[in-house]
Amino acid sequence: MVTTRVNSGEAETVAQVWAALATVRDPELDQPVTELGFVAAASVEDGTARVRLRLPTYFCAPNFAYLMVADARDALLAVLGVSHVDVRLDDHFAAEEINQGVAEAAGFEGSFPAHANGELDELRATFRRKAHLACLERACRKLIESGWHVEELAHVQLADLPDSPERASLVRRRAELGMSTEDDARLFTDDGGGPVEAGQVAGRLRFAKAVRVSVDGNAAFCRGLLKTRYPEEAS
Amino acid sequence: MYTKDGENYFIVDSHTHFWDGSPANQANRYGKGFIECFYDYHRNLSPEEWVWTLEKFSKYSERDLLHDLFEVGYVDKAIFQPTYLSDFYVNGFNTTEQDGAVAERNPGKFIVNGAWDPRDGEAGLDKLEQLAQRWDLKGVKLYTAEWKGDSKGWKLTDPWSYRYLEKCEALGIKNIHIHKGPTIYPLNRDAFDVADVDDVATAFPNLTFIVEHVGLPRLEDFCWIATQEPNVLGGLAVVMPFIHSRPRYFAQVIGELLYWIGEDRITFASDYAIWQPKWLIEKFVDFQIPEDMQSEYGELTTDAKKKILGLNAAKLYDLEVPAEVAASSNGGAAVGSEPVSPAGVTA
Repeated sequence: MVTTRVNSGEAETVAQVWAALATVRDPELDQPVTELGFVAAASVEDGTARVRLRLPTYFCAPNFAYLMVADARDALLAVLGVSHVDVRLDDHFAAEEINQGVAEAAGFEGSFPAHANGELDELRATFRRKAHLACLERACRKLIESGWHVEELAHVQLADLPDSPERASLVRRRAELGMSTEDDARLFTDDGGGPVEAGQVAGRLRFAKAVRVSVDGNAAFCRGLLKTRYPEEAS
Repeated sequence: MYTKDGENYFIVDSHTHFWDGSPANQANRYGKGFIECFYDYHRNLSPEEWVWTLEKFSKYSERDLLHDLFEVGYVDKAIFQPTYLSDFYVNGFNTTEQDGAVAERNPGKFIVNGAWDPRDGEAGLDKLEQLAQRWDLKGVKLYTAEWKGDSKGWKLTDPWSYRYLEKCEALGIKNIHIHKGPTIYPLNRDAFDVADVDDVATAFPNLTFIVEHVGLPRLEDFCWIATQEPNVLGGLAVVMPFIHSRPRYFAQVIGELLYWIGEDRITFASDYAIWQPKWLIEKFVDFQIPEDMQSEYGELTTDAKKKILGLNAAKLYDLEVPAEVAASSNGGAAVGSEPVSPAGVTA
């Protein structure tokens, strides 16, 4: 079939391609690649989604880069109207290995046989825990601003958190980590989802603050570097 | 020396380079990618009037170096931290030998640091001994993420690394500067992981470990480790320029560092020529934690600035500090820090 113009069906598919890409997050920065400016191009033709990704530096860690390209491929394959995916990373020292590995669904170890030592599950889990901690800190700060005392946080339930972007983010991170998202679930947990003694809350919250400063700072730094590297980008 | 409002600041630039990243010295696309990456850091975070062309940035002159550091840069002593990158550059990016030649032509201005790579094995230990004798080494700069043939990195906890650290102790090389960066073997591990610093800091209490750019992008992990290890310091290279582009973020980072490790364990650096000491120092001396953040982070005192700008590094390298620069206090102990001895003022 040859298309000579973009029909409304294809326009709809393109919109869904962008929506799918918006579900792909940078695991370290915990923000969608679409908001970070990592999507250089995205189009659909004859059922093939063609996406080009780019990163703030030539030497961005290849494990994170791989995760994003692989996640993008998975998200795109799930879009109705997309039968084939051509997603590639540009301008990166390991682009060839990553692009080939993702296209062949070879896995991370398959893409870097000499240097990988397993897949990226542990890396992903580590950064999901960091993202959760940063979200926990933001939610707790709001509670403290509205009058809660730090020691009381040990007994706070999810139901005690008012509706807010902070609450929504936190619930999403908990779900990813397999923690309960029920109203009566304990808000303040350790990395495994277990309780934290009242006396330990302040210390853990203080560390969570350092995590939040770090994650936010990294994201701002990366966004800035990307703009410097690709000054003509309009998104 | 920098003087402002009647206060004198002794300046030790703990991180300077004299590199050759020019196309003629680039061995492959990685060499090209590396200097371009540095150049993007330079462009992204420098005030507009301080941005160089890529050509100048790739290879600047000794004249530039001396002018920027000592004539206009207020620097009293600069520490050359080598970056070999022999896999990327024909003659190395900035080697101890290159740095040393400049230092010998300008006596009293520079401290020359060395480097080692545990993957060099037994032969490397001998070379380190020779290097230490030739340059009177008191410090080394390590890149755990440096490539070497098929290897994309190493860990401080590798068995050969321990041998080299023992050798450093034996040779009187007390200061171990560590740079963490992208790509490290195995590739599925977090490339920036600073956890190996924890182990060696405990194993070598007589050595001092300076983690450059305070472990960014893993500030939180660095703080967590450093608060428990009194012989771990944080170097501010790469952090400093945020004082211009993101002063509130800079305030947060400095605030976190002061909380977790205190004013006695932080060192200033320009990372020249990525950024320039003149504007960094001027802005830092003028800098204060924003008022709305002071309830969280307190204030940055003049004494803290003096320590960070030079007195802390002076202690590490046994440098004589002019009497008119003395800090007036020892500073408060930070969470987990051991009590500190008086700031290094030698008569």
